[in-house]
Amino acid sequence: MSDVYIIGVDMIQFGRFPERNVANIGAEAALLALDDAGLSIQDMQALYCGNLGQANAMVGQRILQEIGQTGVPVVNCANACATGATAFREAWMSIKADVNDLVLAVGVEQMGKGLLGGGGGGKGIPKEGLLGSATMPAVFAEAGMEHARKYGTTFEQFAKVSVKNHHHSTMNPKAMYQIETPLDTVMNAEMISYPNTKLMCSVNVDGSAAAVLASEKKTKELGLMDRAVRVRASVLTSDPWQERDLVMPDVNTCTRNAAKQAYEMAGVGPEDIDLVELHDCFATAEILHYENLGLCKDGEAGRMIDEGATALGGKVPVNCSGGLLSKGHPLGATGIANIFEVSTHLRGNAGARQVDGAKIGLTHVIGLGSACAIHILEKAA
Amino acid sequence: MAKETKTGKPLPAVPFLKLPEDGEPYLEGHKCKACGAVYLGERSVCAKCSARDQIEPTRLSDKGKLYAYSIVHRSFPGIEVPYVSAIVDLDGGGTVKGNLINVAADPAEIPFDMPVEVVYKDALGRKDKDGNSYVSYFFQPAG
Repeated sequence: MSDVYIIGVDMIQFGRFPERNVANIGAEAALLALDDAGLSIQDMQALYCGNLGQANAMVGQRILQEIGQTGVPVVNCANACATGATAFREAWMSIKADVNDLVLAVGVEQMGKGLLGGGGGGKGIPKEGLLGSATMPAVFAEAGMEHARKYGTTFEQFAKVSVKNHHHSTMNPKAMYQIETPLDTVMNAEMISYPNTKLMCSVNVDGSAAAVLASEKKTKELGLMDRAVRVRASVLTSDPWQERDLVMPDVNTCTRNAAKQAYEMAGVGPEDIDLVELHDCFATAEILHYENLGLCKDGEAGRMIDEGATALGGKVPVNCSGGLLSKGHPLGATGIANIFEVSTHLRGNAGARQVDGAKIGLTHVIGLGSACAIHILEKAA
Repeated sequence: MAKETKTGKPLPAVPFLKLPEDGEPYLEGHKCKACGAVYLGERSVCAKCSARDQIEPTRLSDKGKLYAYSIVHRSFPGIEVPYVSAIVDLDGGGTVKGNLINVAADPAEIPFDMPVEVVYKDALGRKDKDGNSYVSYFFQPAG
């Protein structure tokens, strides 16, 4: 089977665009990615579109209405916060299966502000604040507290994740925010759900990201190998049964399973990874994933953040983009935005936040409910 | 629904909370005879081992231990904060989420594995659109 390459990839600066619609926001990233490849929508054999909030609204087709209705197959994907990565993976699979050799993947989301989750539904009376909390900050706070009970992880250690990622975002012009947030600012911000303060929650934003994927043959034919990024692994898992998962969504096991499969597929280990973009939907989550992805041993994640091992310049920089915490988290776009970030480093184009000599990078997203997608990417030439 | 409204009898906040006519309220689990997995709510196929028609109701314990929690300071309008959202492992199986009451909203006062008991009370005054009252379950430090 042919290797698959990313030959064009880009994202818009995340922000809030209430005057636009979701197709229009997605179309912008699609055109940017096509421009990056030097290609046209006329060259694409299929479109894989990831969007969550309007999953029943044919967003992919509406993007083509904005940039060229070529009549190619369009697949609309929804997979919670793994939506964009799932669309990318569907595109990858279509090339792996030798059905296509040049396709476009787009992830896009238009969001409001405010708490996600816990909105109710169901019969009878509202359950939020009666049977605990189902808001995302609380759910991920509880996941962090599970780590705290095992390893003594502290509020301060969780908060340091946010300090780091906000610092990284000051070097990323495409991040929603580029603001330094010192430790005391993070810890003294409004407490949302202990131990997550407001600055330890990802930012709800509008955004889009897109990638052009090609077979090896097509990449060579187009003469784009010098800018191509090879997809060394693409893995998607769901959450296997766990004894508490009825009331406590398990983001750990599906990540561990995906990481193991991805490292095997790529023929590399965590020690070979030069940078990681992982799913820091909340500061607590990032700590868990250091261990889930094998970046450190179980129980060492707190020490890892204390020692700066995951900061730019550290052993394995994590979320150089600013992460979901500061770049922003437009649910359906996040999975491809992460791929853009890692690809940009592999191409050596990440400017002030460049990870020196980056050769292999890993992207990770989690959709609660649950879906985990991991991609391992490598500079082709 | 109409019957309960007429008699004024409160309803359970969730289907797995049982309010017997002659006896104390309790939480009902559904247990797989094949593998022992415990669920909240009825089902015919076990999500753990895929066995069919092996699930039977079981009365869950009113005692347990605090597994994890969050202290919720920001919620939706009208919901009183702070409160403690708690995940409790019940003795003998079953994990349940609910509000932990009668504790200070301070992490220093909420140790992991704290023994808790399940108590049953009015559901914070919440009523449905038909005016029905509800009973819910809560956790509190074991006395």
